[in-house]
Amino acid sequence: MDLVLVNLIDGLVTGLLLFMLSSGLTLIFSMMGVLNFAHASFYMLGAYFAYQISKSVGFWPGLLIAPLIVGVLGALVERYGLRRVHKYGHVPELIFTFGLALLIEEIVQFFWGRAQVPFLAPEALNFALFSISGNSIPAYKVFMIFISMAIFIGLLLVLTKSRVGLIIQAALSHPQTVETLGHNVPLIFMGVFGVGTALAGVAGVIAGPVLGTFPGMAIVLGSIVFVTIVVGGLGSLWGALVASLLIGWLTTFAASYNVGMMDVLTGLGFTPPEDLSESLFRDIWSLTLPQVGPILPYLLMVMVLVFRPYGLFGKRDV
Amino acid sequence: MTSLDQTRARPAAGGLSLAVLAPWLMAALFLAIMPFVFTDNSAITIMNQMAITIIFALAYNMLLGQGGMLSFGHAVYMGLGGFMCVHIMNWMEDGLITMPLPLLPLFGGFFGLGFAMLIGSFSTRKAGTVFAMISLGVGELIAACSVIVVVFFGGEEGVSGDRTYGIPVFGFEFLHQIEVYYLTAFWLMLSAALMYLFSRTPVGRMANAVRDNPERAEFLGYSQRWVRYYSFCASGFFAGIAGGLFAINYEILTEENLNLATSGMILLVTFLGGVGFFFGPIIGAIVFTLLATVLKLHTELWQLYVGAIFVATVMFFPGGLAGLLAMHVAPWRLGKMGVLVKPYLTTLLPGVIGGLGLAGATEMLFHAREAATGDEAMGLFFMEVSSHSPVAWAAVLAVTAAGFWLARRGAPGLKAAWDEANTAPGGRR
Amino acid sequence: MKRASRLSLGVFAALSIAASAASAEAIKIAFIDPLSGPFAATGVNGLHQYEFAAEELVNKAGGVLGGKTFEIVPFDNQTSPKESLIQLQVAIDQGIRFVVQGNSSGVANAITEAVNKHNRRNPDSRVLFLNYSAVDPALTNDKCNFWHFRFDAHADIKMDALTDVIAANDAIKKVYVIGQDYSFGKAVADGATAMLAEKRPDIEIVGNELHPIGKVKDFTPYARKIVASGADAVITGNWGTDMLGLGKAILENGFTGPIFTYYAAADGITAAFGAAGDGSLRLVSEGAINPPASERMSAYVTAFKAKYPDGNVSQPRIANTVEMLAKAIEAAGTADDVVAVGKALEGMKHESIWGGELYMRPEDHQLIQDVHIFKHTKDGVVFDYDNSGYGLVVESTVKNASADIATTCQMERP
Repeated sequence: MDLVLVNLIDGLVTGLLLFMLSSGLTLIFSMMGVLNFAHASFYMLGAYFAYQISKSVGFWPGLLIAPLIVGVLGALVERYGLRRVHKYGHVPELIFTFGLALLIEEIVQFFWGRAQVPFLAPEALNFALFSISGNSIPAYKVFMIFISMAIFIGLLLVLTKSRVGLIIQAALSHPQTVETLGHNVPLIFMGVFGVGTALAGVAGVIAGPVLGTFPGMAIVLGSIVFVTIVVGGLGSLWGALVASLLIGWLTTFAASYNVGMMDVLTGLGFTPPEDLSESLFRDIWSLTLPQVGPILPYLLMVMVLVFRPYGLFGKRDV
Repeated sequence: MTSLDQTRARPAAGGLSLAVLAPWLMAALFLAIMPFVFTDNSAITIMNQMAITIIFALAYNMLLGQGGMLSFGHAVYMGLGGFMCVHIMNWMEDGLITMPLPLLPLFGGFFGLGFAMLIGSFSTRKAGTVFAMISLGVGELIAACSVIVVVFFGGEEGVSGDRTYGIPVFGFEFLHQIEVYYLTAFWLMLSAALMYLFSRTPVGRMANAVRDNPERAEFLGYSQRWVRYYSFCASGFFAGIAGGLFAINYEILTEENLNLATSGMILLVTFLGGVGFFFGPIIGAIVFTLLATVLKLHTELWQLYVGAIFVATVMFFPGGLAGLLAMHVAPWRLGKMGVLVKPYLTTLLPGVIGGLGLAGATEMLFHAREAATGDEAMGLFFMEVSSHSPVAWAAVLAVTAAGFWLARRGAPGLKAAWDEANTAPGGRR
Repeated sequence: MKRASRLSLGVFAALSIAASAASAEAIKIAFIDPLSGPFAATGVNGLHQYEFAAEELVNKAGGVLGGKTFEIVPFDNQTSPKESLIQLQVAIDQGIRFVVQGNSSGVANAITEAVNKHNRRNPDSRVLFLNYSAVDPALTNDKCNFWHFRFDAHADIKMDALTDVIAANDAIKKVYVIGQDYSFGKAVADGATAMLAEKRPDIEIVGNELHPIGKVKDFTPYARKIVASGADAVITGNWGTDMLGLGKAILENGFTGPIFTYYAAADGITAAFGAAGDGSLRLVSEGAINPPASERMSAYVTAFKAKYPDGNVSQPRIANTVEMLAKAIEAAGTADDVVAVGKALEGMKHESIWGGELYMRPEDHQLIQDVHIFKHTKDGVVFDYDNSGYGLVVESTVKNASADIATTCQMERP
């Protein structure tokens, strides 16, 4: 029972981290119609920039500066890359971001090498805040929870209360109308793209010390972020939040409980084959939940797309 | 409807016969004499790889180019076909079945087709992002299965077989690369021709219509879903054939044949070649294989360059290499290619030199940081330079800057010349 | 297509020339390992160790067969079996008769099968495959062949040594086994459970599980389970980022017992663990560099670090491979007849630069050598890894580990 509580906290950390990425991505997607394949690459850039900064001036300035640099880079990519490709249609846009993701990975490897870099959590947060039956909860994880909560609330306030937020919301659903009203839609696009990538940068800075800072970190997370926004429904911030938490808890609990297919199948009334090592279905019988945990989100996505193409909270087609 | 199609197609078919057949015959002849030009086993291995990539890329383009369906998981169909073929090879070794080896890819094709029929039944209901995301999800799931379901996929070391247990064909037992080459070349010609013919059938034509304007196609009475489904299945079939050829060539299939990286690679190849033309993926597969092989011999940073070339292609030539060639058809017909020669020399050449200079600077930076202490000499474009010498750095940076500056200065001239070359003598474009 | 092929002709010509330009004097050794892609760090460092070993141990000593030198020719396989087979073909075409590879048992499996087929089909251009790092036991058991020689101790031998140490430690009552879901991870898990049951029946295996390879973002849930299970020790065969992620999560979670690993060192891992791993991390491997075995060895490592300040002598077996190959060529009196060289390697005994005697078992071509259990620490480190101040120090040694381990190999000799 105590482990359930610990898992809830761990799942929350994973989910909120995912949310920081998916919130930016879902905004970008619903506004510009482009699935940014390179979104997780900006997350990686955030981690690497913060690592570079932390080597000279420490972790905390990096938390502020690195996302800013990433945001500016993102805005530049939108202005000089995406906007150029935009006129060819959505597929080339998607392919452009796909290529960009490959390129960013190569560039990161060129400058920082292929091995993992020692990007560590700040000393001030390097202690166990409390522990639940022997499982310690590091202070850094609680810090991660607070940062992502703060960002979510901030984002929600900006989107619903401020003038800019209202224009963005309008541009989400009726870009042409907003443009006719005299707003500079391309500028809004650039701004949203910059802010979205900066959010990914923040996620990178705070996740780098925990999940590791290495050239493959974008790929490991990249497609899961897609899955999140597709499951949550496009353009819906709440959907992104719910899906992020759902996937965070799903993967955490799946990894935590050794439920075996053997138990499930015998529970359903099947009898295991006499000689398991010779059976054609031996792999099915020996399957356990932690083995498949990390691929469950993909299964979830395929199910959602087949039965409800709008996602859980979405209002229009993916 | 059918009769109308036929009457319309007939005069075209009659008029085209020789003009259409000529390139195919030349390609066949070309494939036949290649091994006499390059006799090395490694060159033949690379040509085999090229042929397999061509079939796979053509199959992929049935989706992307002709059907407008972007797939992030197409390696699955090639991989599954290949895995099936290795299992069949092993059954042949055990004496469970006997057949001539050249028939094997057909079974790969059928297996790919079967799987495509299964997955396509729900993935092709929608186009666009839904299709792309389902393909991504299914791709990830099956790639993950490959290490879990060891019975079929053999875990991470894959399944290997021996191709020499088939019934000998005209005395060939396929012991040597050269025999495999002709087998692969035969299947390349056959599949390319079949895929070309498919693109000419009503289904192939309707795939284009559904890609461009699904609503209008529906109004004409075509179910966009079924049109997509047929294209998807056909594509799965040819991908499976490519998988079968892979099995024959390498005699081993592993998780890498199914994973996302392979799916991404074929997207890259197809787009680089050009999705708008039937022969685009062929160019893409040839250029990409050569690029990878040659660059890899000379630099560890080859993936960086491939990535940069790819991004540049999407940004500046969304039609790919084939699109680039096709752009020159109009000036060629107008007999104005001459107009373009000078601006090409004064703009593109410096641009290329600038790009090479930038690559040179990248290589020098890499060498300066990575090479052993005291090892300053490096080979760069057939020259020996020192990666620590300021003179060399100044030279390479100057070349880069000068190249780009000249290219930039020449750009307006090139634009003007291009307009001129595309203008008919009468003044209308 | 026509235009493109005319273009390709030139490039092809260049390729053929590159392939046929072979110098007569040097004995070429093809190094087929990742030089680009995610595992390139290990591959490039391995290449440097080979180049250094060839230069320092063979060429500077006057070469073999009266002055012929060793030349390491690198081929990038991106850890892909398919690429490896292409590169193998290119290497054979260049007239290379010796192939070394180590990263990934999957690739080693593809190469050993391909070499076996090639040698059967092309008796006049046979090659030897010297496997210096792929530790899947099957390679010298069911899948063994005459052309394959393994210079690393395989997974079961290492596990034998590891379980000896665990069995001797009475404080360990509960063990948790976790690994990547593929053949090597399974081999480690099977070995651990079988050998512990035999050596210390009182030890309880409180957890035995596999996780998908390279797909886990966050190892915290696994670490929670390990702590909750009350385990005294953890055994894992993880490598790369999976090793680092798992290890860090376990340590962060307050685990203080020993974590027995196969690959938790070098290539950035030692630096990334740093102080956190001190006292907990153990590693089982051959070839000790701390404490140095001899003056000669110290000089060798010092010279390597002077040449490659960012590199590590992370695979001591590379020096063994090069020295033993040189000795075998000398004994056979030829570098062209690989059957003779292979027969000279069989049963060879050799004094390792890292201390201890090496013996190439003829039955299965598995090298029998000393296996050590190392401790990740700062104390007593003469040669650190990743320039981090931390390194591996020998904690205990098993002499000629598993010299009589059973093999299912039925070698067919030419």
